[in-house]
Amino acid sequence: MDIQLKRGLLDVCVLAAIKNEDSYGYQIIKDMKPYVEISESTLYPILRRLESAQLLTVRSLEHNGRLRKYYHITPLGLERIEAFKEEWNEIMSIYRFVTREENDNE
Amino acid sequence: MNKFEFLALLRERLEGLPKEDIEKSLDYYSEMIDDSVEDGLTEAAAVSAIGPVDEIVSQILMETSLPKLVKAKVKPQKALRIWEIVLLVLGSPVWIPLLLAAGCIVLSLYIVLWSGIIVLYAGVVSCAAGAAGGVFGAAALAGTSHFFQAVLFLGGGLIFVGITILFSLGVNQIAKGAAILSKQILFGIKACFIRKETVL
Repeated sequence: MDIQLKRGLLDVCVLAAIKNEDSYGYQIIKDMKPYVEISESTLYPILRRLESAQLLTVRSLEHNGRLRKYYHITPLGLERIEAFKEEWNEIMSIYRFVTREENDNE
Repeated sequence: MNKFEFLALLRERLEGLPKEDIEKSLDYYSEMIDDSVEDGLTEAAAVSAIGPVDEIVSQILMETSLPKLVKAKVKPQKALRIWEIVLLVLGSPVWIPLLLAAGCIVLSLYIVLWSGIIVLYAGVVSCAAGAAGGVFGAAALAGTSHFFQAVLFLGGGLIFVGITILFSLGVNQIAKGAAILSKQILFGIKACFIRKETVL
């Protein structure tokens, strides 16, 4: 897939992974796995980018005697997800147009 | 490779970046390995699942801002030897002007790009001033006996209003394009630094 496109999509995926409850790095990757494979080294810059854009906040909580970072979505992050859904409607209608002839032939 | 070796290698490869950035990266990967182990993986498997250190480093560098990157690259990895210092001083009549020239070229590119934009916006502003002048002139003349001049002023003013609206729409698009262009220049310069790193 186009790198720029995938980059933007993964940003939204990560936001969606923490939308309902706060989560941590390993859990985010696990939750996304059935839908989209993301490596640890790919996730890290995304989290940093989303944090500096204030789409999520980070706090450290103790877990089994060590610290684990939990990511929490901000109102701005929720807005980003909504904006994505709207963009997607447009993309889907383009997709339907592109595959129009194939469907007609069936 | 175990967790300790992995983190030590990563720290070594990130050398030169701000301390805070290095610690954040190490914390993240350390947490990732701990969570994988807690999930049932062996430490070695957890480390190899994370992937090659080179890839991690280039991902981190691509996200790092240019000033930080340049600072990290310029900082010498080890203390300079005496003869290196001597060479640097002797060579300074050559390399300082070259460095300055390179910096000036990049700077002038930006200035040219953005002064073009400023010129266009100045055009918009002057059209808007023309529009205001025409409309106010018409209002001032309306009370007097110069009826036809007032209509002429009003007409001229309205034409300028139209031009201002059309022109500003176009200029906004151009400014957006210029913003994207300058971002790409920045990305290009950044890529030069990072590519060198992976070749070495």
